[in-house]
Amino acid sequence: MSVADQGLRTAKGGRIDRARPLAFSFDRVPYDGLAGDTLASALLANGVHLLGRSFKYHRPRGVLAAGAEEPNALVGVRRDAMRYTPNMRATQLELYQGLVAESQNRWPSLAFDVGAINDLIAPFIPAGFYYKTFMWPRRAWQTLYEPRIRAAAGLGVAPRTADPDRYAARYAHCDVLIVGAGPAGLAAATAAAATGARVILCDEQSELGGTLLSQDPHTDPLIEGRASAEWLARTVAALAANPRVTLLPRTTAFGYFPHNLVCLNERLTDHLAVPPALWPRERQWQVRAREVVLAAGAIERPLVFPGNDRPGILLAGAARTFLNRYGVRPGTRAVIVTATDDAYPVALELQSAGVFVAAIADVRAGDSAVASRAREARIPVFTGATVLGTSGRRRVRSIHLAQLKEGEPTGTQLQPCDCVLMSGGYTPSVHLFSQSRGKLQWDDALQAFVPSTPAERARSAGGCRGVFALAAVLADGAAAGSAAAREAIDPARRGVRPADIRTAPAAAPAVATGAAAASAAALPRVPGARGRAFVDWQNDVTTRDLALATREGFRSIEHVKRYTTTGMATDQGKTSNLNALGIVSSTLGKAIPQVGLTTFRMPYTPVSFGSFAGAARGDLFDPIRTTPMHGWARAQGAVFEDVGQWKRARYFPRGAEDLHAAVARECRAVRASCGIFDASTLGKVEVAGPDAVTFMNRLYVNAWDSLAVGRARYGVLLRDDGFVYDDGVVARLAADRFHVTTTTGGAGRVLAMMEDYLQTEWSELAVWLTSTTEQWAVIAVQGPNARQPLTGLVDIDIAAAALPHMGVAEGRICGVPMRLFRVSFSGELGFEVNVPADFGAAVWEAVWNAGERSGITPYGTETMHVLRAEKGYIIVGQDTDGTVTPDDVGLSWAIGRNKTDFVGKRSLQRPAMQSADRRQLIGLLTADPQRVLEEGSQVLAQADAAPPVRPLGHVTSSYHSAALGRSIAMALVAGGRALMGQTLYVPLEGAARAPVQVVSPVFYDPKGARLNA
Amino acid sequence: MLLIECPYCGERPEPEFVYGGQAHVARPREPAGVDAEQWTHYLYLRDNARGVHAERWRHAHGCGRFFNALRDTTSDHFLATYKVGEKPPAAAKGSR
Repeated sequence: MSVADQGLRTAKGGRIDRARPLAFSFDRVPYDGLAGDTLASALLANGVHLLGRSFKYHRPRGVLAAGAEEPNALVGVRRDAMRYTPNMRATQLELYQGLVAESQNRWPSLAFDVGAINDLIAPFIPAGFYYKTFMWPRRAWQTLYEPRIRAAAGLGVAPRTADPDRYAARYAHCDVLIVGAGPAGLAAATAAAATGARVILCDEQSELGGTLLSQDPHTDPLIEGRASAEWLARTVAALAANPRVTLLPRTTAFGYFPHNLVCLNERLTDHLAVPPALWPRERQWQVRAREVVLAAGAIERPLVFPGNDRPGILLAGAARTFLNRYGVRPGTRAVIVTATDDAYPVALELQSAGVFVAAIADVRAGDSAVASRAREARIPVFTGATVLGTSGRRRVRSIHLAQLKEGEPTGTQLQPCDCVLMSGGYTPSVHLFSQSRGKLQWDDALQAFVPSTPAERARSAGGCRGVFALAAVLADGAAAGSAAAREAIDPARRGVRPADIRTAPAAAPAVATGAAAASAAALPRVPGARGRAFVDWQNDVTTRDLALATREGFRSIEHVKRYTTTGMATDQGKTSNLNALGIVSSTLGKAIPQVGLTTFRMPYTPVSFGSFAGAARGDLFDPIRTTPMHGWARAQGAVFEDVGQWKRARYFPRGAEDLHAAVARECRAVRASCGIFDASTLGKVEVAGPDAVTFMNRLYVNAWDSLAVGRARYGVLLRDDGFVYDDGVVARLAADRFHVTTTTGGAGRVLAMMEDYLQTEWSELAVWLTSTTEQWAVIAVQGPNARQPLTGLVDIDIAAAALPHMGVAEGRICGVPMRLFRVSFSGELGFEVNVPADFGAAVWEAVWNAGERSGITPYGTETMHVLRAEKGYIIVGQDTDGTVTPDDVGLSWAIGRNKTDFVGKRSLQRPAMQSADRRQLIGLLTADPQRVLEEGSQVLAQADAAPPVRPLGHVTSSYHSAALGRSIAMALVAGGRALMGQTLYVPLEGAARAPVQVVSPVFYDPKGARLNA
Repeated sequence: MLLIECPYCGERPEPEFVYGGQAHVARPREPAGVDAEQWTHYLYLRDNARGVHAERWRHAHGCGRFFNALRDTTSDHFLATYKVGEKPPAAAKGSR
């Protein structure tokens, strides 16, 4: 279907290139458009007005607006098998050769949609119907009703493949950030740049210029003696040539964050037929601006009357944009319904372009200069008008007008037409200003909210603060740009303090034509009116829904919004919020400022998830931490698990072993001979200084003065509320030096706690803390033959007498510096070899090779867990949960008896912390020795009490023990120690309960003889 | 993302810092002599200021030091930052 056939494209004018046709398809029908078109303008040029089906009622819908505020024309764009983006506004989609777009929310087709049945049953599905219906049977809601309702209503279909595109990120600083490159923004940028300030100017459209792009060259005012198009070209060229100015078209400022951080989303390739392979699709800018100028313009309000949603019914300003910018006539026979003077110039422009303007229905009473001029041009003008309804299913066919005399309709007339243009006034775009927590105030003359006191270093200019006349807009923008630049580079400027916030100068009372602005409200509905009056097009919210909400008692605009869902669609109510507010306010009989406005939230328009993710995807989502021995473990076929950001070997399967087989073999190997384990991830802090002992004594529960140099001790750390926070072996290297270890997950927070007390409570202590977690590789060798691999490699005596259990020695291994601890987490003879991390892999291999004679076996975290559980050793964070005292887990012995204070001591003295029925750590043996309890299972006193049953506690650790040939478990149970030998019960799946016997949590070698080998 | 002025490093972005709770909450010098109510207050009770709030921040991904700040909780603007041990500067009365 070629462009010429339809006769809707003007012969000249506009910013499209008639010499460059582009082929595209919509719902698989091929069409032609022109370079510079949007999908919407190209379809309109082809006479296609039916572009979508509405959310709930599946009513046929067409384009309403020409920009980001478009609520109806949402399409899905398919680039290739991997790239499908739903919910794109056809009015913002730049046309390219080969664009493939499809409509949404209809089946089987846009023209014939089965979902339209919803429109027939509309009376039964008003706002909130799902709160009152579809209640029986209850189970059916989840399985039947909700899925069906969701499927029946909706917008686009989410893509099913991972987003293959790349997204970039940039952080930028500037003196002045200007949002919006219409006349106000361009004037601001020019003025700011003249002072030498660094300026960033961004605009969501592909071309800078804003409203200047839609001017009629014959009728619009000159700027500085030039036609606006020429002024625009020169201004943009001058800014582009300035090295201190960054121009960002196709870039939406979508969020305003504290301290003048504004986030922008730059679209790099969506407008290209063939994006270059290596380009990112979008780039997210985080801009920290010293000063911000908001020049975001204003959005036209539709009128609320019965039947106002048919395809072919658009905003007057949008029609003007389609005509002047894209060279497209919105129809052949137009009727205009207006509440302001703004629509009159549009009427004259359409007429000059060959559109028959059948009538202008002005809802205001009385005559005006613009009405006289229209009549001179032979356009009938009816004042005091209202609308009784419209007709036309897939395209508007007629509009039923009436004039009101004392509230009664007279002189009704049915006007045939194929497009209706509405003009309800302009709402300043205060979204970003509001996000920045700036205060809004109601302007009665404008019938709109305008920015008043900003909360950040920002100022608004032009349409977004209610200044509309072009000359005034340019002056306003220039003033804002100069002032912003001056403040930004003022050497006395000092960041953001409340005193720095300037009150905005009052906006000139400059409504475009001097006439009062349209009030936000519905047109009066009179007898004879037919059809629903839509307020929010995208969520299908009508005046009836708003009335329903207030009838049902909702008074706050926040409640009305959520109950009716007005303003909650992807367009965030750009064309509906103020009308809804006006309707609610008149229903409640309260002034609009009393009803209030709902909160503006980012993003201004939808932003791809990929843009926020940037490069942080897949392996780059979170840092991956590996130990120096990681490569060796991987080569051995270890299966890894994540512990925080660390990769730790969980087990080393041989042949076809599964987890259980591998763990059983590893456990047996450690207890029978010897195993080697990578303990490098544990936290380490070097505590050094003359007051090191004092510091350790104040912090940990233990009495550190009695720890001799060359000895290690198990340390317990509490919070000041008395609960166990972390634990670990602490070695005393010298009188003034401790090597403190922590759990893997606790490393960061233990050091943070140490720094907190040292810097803010005990700053008088001379002690220094250094994180050495990543500086030491730790090779644990455990088992009765643990000495064998080490003996030939170390240069010190490690015989039992020379290095007893919990002894510490410094020396060398393979010639490399070493701190050797004789410590055990397995209950067997054990050593932990600390070497500088760079030597970790090499020393590990040396030990591994040396141990071959003893059948040295690598083991992972799973085996480590089992071995320690067999000995009743706790793991902080598994057997404790932040509400456990030392006594609860049998660690009272660690507390220094004569210490006057340590962190947590005062809290331990609370009666509640000493109560006998606190949950205490015990062991559990299942009656069925092969049944392994599930960790987290509850522990009950009785086998078959009826609910509600109070649990006594829960299972914290549970494994199959190869050493015992049966299952073991540890649990925290109320008053557990007094229940030794008794039988308790653990619920299983269904109603079954497993009997368990309460035993000591030390299942293996309770006397500890093997430790002292 | 806030811009915070570390007294040692100057203005740095928020992700470099860790929030440290209310400032000037001194741990009792001799906890053993403190009664239950005072100890509870020290552990759990904090101001909930609408307006100027004295709080601590730690420059965790910078110099590692704690410092104090006066921040207006309604606007997130910082009125002042000052070192551990210093008194809060005379804050601007009546924030918005």
